[in-house]
Amino acid sequence: MTRRALLGGGATLAAGAWLGALLPHALVGAAHAATDAPVAKDGPKRVIVAGGALTEIVYALGAQNRVIANDLTSLYPEAATRLPKIGYLRSLSAEGVLSLHPDLLLAGAEAGPPNVLSQIAAAGVTVQHFKHGYTAELVRDNIRGVANAMKLNDEGVRVAGRFMSDWIQARGKVEEMYGIQKRPRVLFILGHTGNQVMVAGQDTAADAMLAYAGAENALRGFNGYRPLTAEAAVAAQPDVLLTTTTGPSPADPATTLLAQPGLANTPAGRARRVVSFDALYLLGFGPRLPQAVAELARRVHTT
Amino acid sequence: MSAAPPIPKPISSSSSSSSSSSSTPSRSGTATSDASTARHDVPRHTGAARRRPPRWIVMTVLVGLLAAAVLAALCGGAYRIAPVDAITALFRGATGDFAQDQACNVMLQIRLPRIVLGVLVGAGFGAAGAALQALFRNPLADPGLIGVASGAALGAASVIVLGTVLLPAALAASLGLWMLPLAAFVGALGVTALVYRLAAGRGRLALPLLLLAGIAINAVSGAAIGLLTYLANDTQLRTLTFWTLGSLGGAQWSMLAVIVWPVALGIVALASQCRSLNALLLGEAEALHLGVAVQSVKRRVMVACALCVGALVASSGMIGFIGLIAPHIVRLVVGPDPRAVLPAAALFGAILTLLADLVARTWVAPAELPLGILTALLGAPFFLMLLWRRRGQFGL
Repeated sequence: MTRRALLGGGATLAAGAWLGALLPHALVGAAHAATDAPVAKDGPKRVIVAGGALTEIVYALGAQNRVIANDLTSLYPEAATRLPKIGYLRSLSAEGVLSLHPDLLLAGAEAGPPNVLSQIAAAGVTVQHFKHGYTAELVRDNIRGVANAMKLNDEGVRVAGRFMSDWIQARGKVEEMYGIQKRPRVLFILGHTGNQVMVAGQDTAADAMLAYAGAENALRGFNGYRPLTAEAAVAAQPDVLLTTTTGPSPADPATTLLAQPGLANTPAGRARRVVSFDALYLLGFGPRLPQAVAELARRVHTT
Repeated sequence: MSAAPPIPKPISSSSSSSSSSSSTPSRSGTATSDASTARHDVPRHTGAARRRPPRWIVMTVLVGLLAAAVLAALCGGAYRIAPVDAITALFRGATGDFAQDQACNVMLQIRLPRIVLGVLVGAGFGAAGAALQALFRNPLADPGLIGVASGAALGAASVIVLGTVLLPAALAASLGLWMLPLAAFVGALGVTALVYRLAAGRGRLALPLLLLAGIAINAVSGAAIGLLTYLANDTQLRTLTFWTLGSLGGAQWSMLAVIVWPVALGIVALASQCRSLNALLLGEAEALHLGVAVQSVKRRVMVACALCVGALVASSGMIGFIGLIAPHIVRLVVGPDPRAVLPAAALFGAILTLLADLVARTWVAPAELPLGILTALLGAPFFLMLLWRRRGQFGL
């Protein structure tokens, strides 16, 4: 196979690929024109939710009876866990979702993969996307977005309004009670099994929650979650260890965490100040955000 | 096996086995299996006394099975459509009825491209695996060995983790969904070229060096992927994990129309080398004396494998095991001649992939299992069973 043959073959391939890429667009376009989503008179009746926070919003709006399925991260309220599951929201299956004949898919920021979502949309299902972020304003926008998609605008305005007033009240209370005190240094540990602790840096839900609760993230200077060595944990000098549980925890999180090398030698470890929260409650950024921030503030400041 | 008819071709599989088994006994399972074929005198095991079925029967059965698998894959799925309706939906235009049109859409836009991709993946990996095992005269050779898979994984991981940092936003936006497959394809070809460059020089290609270079490059790209995994945030990490597990879920006509070219070209190029690969089973020097241009065969097989497997891994993620297992399974039935193994492995790989994907998308419906898990789960026990039944040929 000479170099010339290789180059020629490559050029032919590229040309074929380009032609091939053009051809299906015409076909797909024709197929799309055929389908028109049926618009229900008073909002979608068969809704699928992909995202734990969105499920909470649907329940807050009182629209749960229209939901036919949700994903594996929809863990609250407990009734939501009994619905059919479409799998993990990052690896959805187009045919699986369509097999339930939904007329609306509420897709959280993590839902995907993108081409599956576009396949679902191409089959005539309305796909409503939601943004990702760690602010109360975003939660409010998501509440309104879910309400609009389900044609519950009045209910949406009401729930979003109550959420924002709860939020302002919770934040005011945190400022009033803990604002002037010394901010405790909190080390957030994701899960607590295995031989390495994963801790939260900046740009994480945990970091945002700690800031709202008037506490300081003991580890800053990196983004996302990272494995942490025992020595770095000691050097971070946390006053409180914060961790999450999903579902009923087999053992006391304090016992398992303090058995980790290093963690027992931190100020938090010596004082046995370990706080654990349900993962979705603490990090979900759903409608329970005000309560979660208030409770987090109370527990990291007083334990 | 002892009663196997001598194959009336100038380069028969039994002669290949006697030469290679005399040189290095540990070299290849295929050769060892034929070593007992050559020993007419001692039928050690009753299982080994069976005749090998004629090739045309095997091929016909495989084509029939593939047709059945395609039909099963068309009819089965999470979206409930009666089998007859499923087939008619393929040929029906828009009816104006929403339910019927949606069924038609599911068939045409989701299920059918998925099946086509499944056939391509199975055939491509099967053919590439068969060709590489013949080329290396080593039954452990698979497309991952020459760095294609790890190169693709490295390209994909780079885009997933560093995509926003490395690429200008305008370019990333214009590429959109194509960015990941493109990066994987470039990675696959790049790493393979590097491995090839290391092992080639002065018009020659040293296979042992290629093998070692492939292992070393696999280790390096494994480390680089590990580093990227460490740098990745939560979202990127999960994307990376699911990409690594492989899935046919992303099949779309636009994507298929592009990858079908390199894959088809690769398979055709591999198929055209079958005669030479058969001669190569004798050994390089022997093949050279038989008039085979050994170096150019090696080069062509490498390039064809890289092209076809690179395109496949780029479009579907890492779907392991088919390239390794499909040629083995068919070799146990048709014998070691690449002229039979390669097409049979392509057909069998396609059948295996289709069935694995059918299970993957129906078992836990409406959710979906990663395909990479199931190809191993379906292929390996079958392979073990065949091995158990053929223990006699390995002198047990």
